[in-house]
Amino acid sequence: MKKVGVLALQGDFEAHSRALARAGAEPVLARATSDLDRLDGLVIPGGESTTMLKLMNAEGMVQPLVVFGQKRPIFGTCAGAILLASEVTHPAQQSLGLMDLTVERNAYGRQIDSRVAHVTPEPDFAQRTQPGDLEAVFIRAPIIRRVGANAKVLVAYQGDPVLVEQGRHLVATFHPELSSDSRVHELFVSKL
Amino acid sequence: MYLDDTFRVKVGLAEMLKGGVIMDVTNAEQALIAEKAGATAVMALERVPADIRKEGGVARMAPISKIREIMHTVSIPVMAKARIGHFMEARILEALGVDYVDESEVLTPADEEHHIDKRAFKVPFVCGARNLGEALRRIAEGAAMIRTKGEAGSGNIVEAVRHMRTIQKEMKQLTVLGKEELVAESKKLQAPLELVEHVAQTGKLPVPNFSAGGIATPADAALVMQLGAEAVFVGSGIFKSDDPEARARAIVKAATYFNDPQKLLEASEELGIGMHGIDISKLQESELLQTRGW
Repeated sequence: MKKVGVLALQGDFEAHSRALARAGAEPVLARATSDLDRLDGLVIPGGESTTMLKLMNAEGMVQPLVVFGQKRPIFGTCAGAILLASEVTHPAQQSLGLMDLTVERNAYGRQIDSRVAHVTPEPDFAQRTQPGDLEAVFIRAPIIRRVGANAKVLVAYQGDPVLVEQGRHLVATFHPELSSDSRVHELFVSKL
Repeated sequence: MYLDDTFRVKVGLAEMLKGGVIMDVTNAEQALIAEKAGATAVMALERVPADIRKEGGVARMAPISKIREIMHTVSIPVMAKARIGHFMEARILEALGVDYVDESEVLTPADEEHHIDKRAFKVPFVCGARNLGEALRRIAEGAAMIRTKGEAGSGNIVEAVRHMRTIQKEMKQLTVLGKEELVAESKKLQAPLELVEHVAQTGKLPVPNFSAGGIATPADAALVMQLGAEAVFVGSGIFKSDDPEARARAIVKAATYFNDPQKLLEASEELGIGMHGIDISKLQESELLQTRGW
């Protein structure tokens, strides 16, 4: 069984652990650089990207995470997507730069603009998992404003990419870990 | 009842705040210090609980201009307190666009019989509780997050510990009861059977369970996390100490590394003197904030 780390500095890491277990992987909480050893992949969960960055910097985890991402797949949701991007706006902030994306924080507005949407994935997603619409839970979500030439959009909502794959990495601006449908986690586990 | 999409989105934000620290602030300058220290959210209020306790008078929702200024200054979620039962303060906060409303015993209650019907709102609510019955009643009214009441503004962790231990113990007890016993228990807890059954099956509340009221040090934060809190609120503990920035940073670290004594030692080492604090047994019954709400 593949061992997948869930970065547990802050955020909904427990929900991700449950989703990974449903998708047939073994979740392991990661809070320090040494926890990254022997993992097949890593999830950076939803939460507050500013808080996670503070803790990553304080613990000297930024560079080790970049090095990890050069070898192994990382799946980022919401705050995790912000941290994986190469450029962050509204406001600008530091990121790991593992994916060629521009992400705008809190782009739908505040909590009252959070929502559950039903989206139709691109045919490629259905072929690699199962066909059918996908529930997308957006919580103070960011919007991916630009995707690089090597990125593949797997799901879009209102014309914006919300599930994007680039090489070994995957990002979602919504929270598949808060839905009972495990297809997005299964797709990630299949990339390990 | 509690699993419709609107409610899931409300609980969703609470999920995102887990493992973090929500800090009380009274202005934009403090909010910026909190955000820079790694707070996951800030709670806007007129006066921190320690000052409300000292100065007395009626404690109300914070001035709108202050909350707006805080919302413009930080990118993390902004919560604000409304008085117990004051659904119009809550409506105003919802119109303003705050991310969470705390129907809080720290403010002077506006209604001595009714809490806010929180299901009628789009903005999510957090409410305080001292025991399981109180927590489930608030959830039945629509609260999407529960926190212990503790004793706000006391700098004394003893009440938050009592409340967290009580809630955890009462939840554990439910898990071993049979169906007919749960019906009797629901009556005793004065809480809907549906919610009592949920706790009996899962051993957990159907919403995130945080801790507040008296957290003043990294060790306090780690203690309540060990007892089952999924995140912490720090009120007077930060801005009533000698070293707000360092203390805020240290408590953030403690909430993440609550299981790592070496990291907690490092967090505690950076600090000076904490807030003075109050011995709860020296307070009159009428001075307690935790007995507000029912």
